[in-house]
Amino acid sequence: MVREPPVSRVVRIAGGQGFWGDSLEAPRQLVEGGPIDYLMLDYLAEVTMSILQKQKERDPAAGYARDFVGAVESVLPAIVQRGVRVVANAGGVNPRGCAAAVREVAERHGVADKIRIAVVTGDDLLPCLDSLLANGHALANMDTGAPLSAIRDRVRAANVYLGSGPMVDALDQGAQLVITGRCTDSALVLAPLRHEFGWGAADYNRLAAGTVAGHIIECGAQCSGGNCLYDWRDIPDLANVGYPIVEGMADGSFVVTKHPNTGGRVSVASVAEQLLYEMGDPRSYQTPDVVADFTTIRLADDGADRVRACGIQGRAPSSTLKVSVAYSAGYKAVGTLVYTWPDALEKAQLAGRILRERLDRLGLRFERVNTEYVGASAAHGLLAGPPPADMPEVQLRVGVRGSHAADVDRFTREIAPLVLNGPPSVTGYGGARPRVQEIVAFWPALIDRSVVHPKVEMT
Amino acid sequence: MQVRLVDIAHARSGDKGNTANIGVRALRPEWYEVLDRYVTRQAVAAHFAPVITGEVERYEVPNLSALNFLLHGALDGGGTLSLNTDAQGKVFSTALLRMVVEVPSEVVQRLGLPAAHEGAT
Repeated sequence: MVREPPVSRVVRIAGGQGFWGDSLEAPRQLVEGGPIDYLMLDYLAEVTMSILQKQKERDPAAGYARDFVGAVESVLPAIVQRGVRVVANAGGVNPRGCAAAVREVAERHGVADKIRIAVVTGDDLLPCLDSLLANGHALANMDTGAPLSAIRDRVRAANVYLGSGPMVDALDQGAQLVITGRCTDSALVLAPLRHEFGWGAADYNRLAAGTVAGHIIECGAQCSGGNCLYDWRDIPDLANVGYPIVEGMADGSFVVTKHPNTGGRVSVASVAEQLLYEMGDPRSYQTPDVVADFTTIRLADDGADRVRACGIQGRAPSSTLKVSVAYSAGYKAVGTLVYTWPDALEKAQLAGRILRERLDRLGLRFERVNTEYVGASAAHGLLAGPPPADMPEVQLRVGVRGSHAADVDRFTREIAPLVLNGPPSVTGYGGARPRVQEIVAFWPALIDRSVVHPKVEMT
Repeated sequence: MQVRLVDIAHARSGDKGNTANIGVRALRPEWYEVLDRYVTRQAVAAHFAPVITGEVERYEVPNLSALNFLLHGALDGGGTLSLNTDAQGKVFSTALLRMVVEVPSEVVQRLGLPAAHEGAT
């Protein structure tokens, strides 16, 4: 295959999933709606790993994002015919199991021999956690400084964020589907760019550019008109919102766009909002590949639904990698009831006080009881100011958290009785008790990169 | 003169552990100087004092006409622990836009800033 000269060659990478639970239609829209070279799918929010870990404990074949299998099936004929390559962190805590499930789908469609699948492993530190601790890796909490030994017996999962390197290797070896566990979200975009343009591990400005491109599209439509405060009333056809596409170039500059005949909007404002999302120190966006300086990003309008980014600078990454440790941290439950006009807020507040008194009388032990009035002050709290006079309705929302499962369970029995034995004009009780949820909390830590050994398995 | 942040800026917020971040961006590039000058770290810390337990950090992102604030101790322990409706700090963005800043009238006129109506808060 003859490629265009490097200067003008454009590599199109589409962002078809912003989290596990995002639109099931987006991957197909991106593959069938116009030309793309890569489909990038991000499934792993922090909380997702712990859910997957629980699933794997119940079933050793589970532990990956099952939506991915359906996503691959929905685009399978097109990716076989057109050679679109897929890069996804759908592997969760069981990337090999994920690959096996995808292979089964490919076999069912008679294309298994046409698709090479690569699996990236080495992010899972759980099997070697005790030897790491014994060898002086404290995995201290980045926020509090506490050593991991404080919660060792409650650890459920421990995964290091891998960079783009193993995925680049997989693509260099000819993989058409690359399945990883925990990696930085932005690396899912940086890896195809490195593979296509041959950017080296010390080419920090281009690595930073690819990282910024990844940050922009890793949340799917949140950069193409979704959740955009700037001009939300005027954003066209969000029902058919176009998921984002990066058109990358060899010099590191890129354009963010979307397919024609889709809704939403790609504008400097929509891209800037996404760049600010989950930002820390803008001069030091840390990844395993590079430290990107977000204050060097230059954005410019490049026509309808096109935004050009250039000028991005980066520097060498640190010698440590981030580890996310998931650990059991007790139980919680949240119950709600709706009170109506007249005096809706007053009735809800009285119900809230009655409930607190009953919980106290029962002697239940909680670390925290949280009472909110949805409609009046739940989201902005005390900043919401005085509520409007005589609101049509208010939802009482009470949550409890604690280490005693039985006490949290007892709380869930105290909501429904209020319908008959509390203040009047109450509804919105669905018939089911609130559910007791096990809390899996996160312990951010750093580890020396010399003890992390990512592997690529071609299947 | 009083200027409402909601009239001159847009914003997006997110979480990292028990810290919320708020990126706030001027609706027009020339209005960035108002954010930079009057939306100070101290002013934002005072605005959020009733609902957060930790410190506030401020970073300038002039290339995006934006500031980034980190609000520590904002999320009842963080994503999965939090009992709050807004457990992941998604609407701290609009809570920041509730701020009203005092801007000299010559600046309001020079930049064509929309002034808050009489009696508005």
